[in-house]
Amino acid sequence: MNTLTTLVVLLPLLGAAAALTQAKRPRVQTLIAVSVLSAVLVIGAVLLVTVDANGAIAVELGGWSAPFGIVLVVDRLAALMLVVSAAVLLAVLVFSVGQGLADGDRETPVSIYYPTYLILATGVFNAFVAGDLFNLYVSFEILLVASYVLITVGGTAPRIRAGTVYIVVSLVSSAIFLAAIAMIYGATGTVNIAQLTVRLAQLPEDIQLILHVMLLIGFGIKAAVFPLSFWLPDSYPMAPAPVTAVFAGLLTKVGVYAIIRTEMIIFPDGKLNTVLLIVAALTMIVGILGAVAQSDIKRLLSFTLVSHIGYMLFGIGIDTAAGLAAATYYIVHHITVQTTLFLATGLIERQGGTTGINKLGGILKTSPMIGVLFFIPMLSLGGIPPFSGFLGKLALFEAGANNGSVPAWVLIGCGALVSLLTLYALARAWSMIFWRDSDEVASYENPLPDLAEIGGSPEVESVRTTPRIMVGATGAMVAVSVALTVFATPLFDLSARAGENIDGPGYYVTTVFPGGSE
Amino acid sequence: MNASLTLVIIMVILYAVGVYLLLERSMTRVLLGFLLLGNATNLLLLIVSGPSGAAPFFGEDDTVADPLPQAFILTAIVITFGVSAFLLALIYRSWRLANADVVGDDSEDLALARRRTSVAVDRDVAGDDTEFGIRAAAAVSTALDLTVQEEREEQESIAEKLRQQAERRSDS
Repeated sequence: MNTLTTLVVLLPLLGAAAALTQAKRPRVQTLIAVSVLSAVLVIGAVLLVTVDANGAIAVELGGWSAPFGIVLVVDRLAALMLVVSAAVLLAVLVFSVGQGLADGDRETPVSIYYPTYLILATGVFNAFVAGDLFNLYVSFEILLVASYVLITVGGTAPRIRAGTVYIVVSLVSSAIFLAAIAMIYGATGTVNIAQLTVRLAQLPEDIQLILHVMLLIGFGIKAAVFPLSFWLPDSYPMAPAPVTAVFAGLLTKVGVYAIIRTEMIIFPDGKLNTVLLIVAALTMIVGILGAVAQSDIKRLLSFTLVSHIGYMLFGIGIDTAAGLAAATYYIVHHITVQTTLFLATGLIERQGGTTGINKLGGILKTSPMIGVLFFIPMLSLGGIPPFSGFLGKLALFEAGANNGSVPAWVLIGCGALVSLLTLYALARAWSMIFWRDSDEVASYENPLPDLAEIGGSPEVESVRTTPRIMVGATGAMVAVSVALTVFATPLFDLSARAGENIDGPGYYVTTVFPGGSE
Repeated sequence: MNASLTLVIIMVILYAVGVYLLLERSMTRVLLGFLLLGNATNLLLLIVSGPSGAAPFFGEDDTVADPLPQAFILTAIVITFGVSAFLLALIYRSWRLANADVVGDDSEDLALARRRTSVAVDRDVAGDDTEFGIRAAAAVSTALDLTVQEEREEQESIAEKLRQQAERRSDS
């Protein structure tokens, strides 16, 4: 088991190096990337089954025992995240292979695309299994640097501009996180998460609060939580479609995952729960109001992404095992569905030549398949039964109602409203893109400003044939999102067990220190 | 814990200057700000590692310097190095593309700004909801309409900017 755990991080890293040496042979690179990610998916599944049956694993790297060396910890939550993120990364990779083959690699210089993509995967996987704060920082840096390259890939003017915003904001969040680590180390003399929970509790309350808030701000920027979320809709839409899809699915969730670890293990006393709930409500509402006012699908989806981060914070802020279970299920659902929506948008962009809602029309007639592939995740994100979005929201509301505090009830109201507005924003886009006749497009005057006119969204050549491999990858993601509904009971039971594990630091500490910590 | 006051003061200055430079629009200054910020954080790590002078891995328990923060600093320095190399490449690319070192305007913001003026114009031209009724409305409607003119100028300047950008793009 120990070897398997390290392989999760090592395989993509070595794969990236191997792919880099094959810069002239894109097919070999593709093969390496696909096989590495498939291997990680299988390893993740094995780890998930093992961890679920036998309890969490802590691997001490290099044989150095826990507080001194680096530990990798795989509990149910981490293993579940590994499986879902590996599946999403694989599907998006296949999609981008299809797009690269079809475009003749004009937009993405292939020689660095696959190695960078694998390094991004390394960072994501490492963040999920990191057992100490500094390792978490390093994995954030790995995935951020890879994402800097991916978001500016091709180096066109709009991408450079959007990338600049993204990079500067990420640099600031990293600096805050590193400063927080320095202060935590100064106060406690350790960065091991399991040891921190014991030692931080002995500090004076005001110092605890400062450290807690610093960590939350650092992670909050990465997770795009309300007052720190404005960089996201500005930068994500400019990247190539598959890159946007994987960023939207995974990068913000890594931030949310770090917030879960912070709230449940590092600072388990839940002093900031009310603040989290308020922030969750604001994230939901401000995000979705932004989405309603958009005329570009990618931007619209980016705003819904921000808005739905609020639901996960809601689950964390409730601070019960049920709330965490719901948040876990919701994260899994949201990773899948949001990625699928961005992939479907990539298909629309190829078919219609733009992502501006005002300019698209009649796609349902020319390619009904894309319509279906967009429609199912759209209903799921909007929370229509029986899809996974409905189940996730139901679980969240149930946990909130059981909590019974005033902010929890307010959030249930906000959650219902936001889910309705999500459906409104997406259904409006859907009916205009798919249902409207293409001859209606010219005469239609939309009150929303059109970005494409002023050079906001890059125009792509309209292509009538969409490669089967792209449709196939998107279809596979839709199938996964439907499977989240069909297999909701086992998945939710698993989330519930994961939620019980991470509710409170006890389980985590005994995993890392079987003999107890001082 | 004893900490050197000089180090603390230097750290504070580096943080202040770094944050100030990060807020600039010029990318080169942002890069310098990032470097200063990184160094300030490295100093912070050094300060929290305790008093200086002791050797790592040598001597009695109390006289051993803590090696871990130094490892953190080394890692952070390497990361800062990599990121600044990338930023330099980004700045160079931005210079080649737009001949500019500054972060460009957000097209969405421009669109919103344009839209806001046009909505405001509609409201002003209607003009009949003042307490002076028709008289005031007449004055408003016969007056030289500055807002419309301003809006037109602004649109022209935006169009001009975009035209220049497009030319530059086609040149490169």
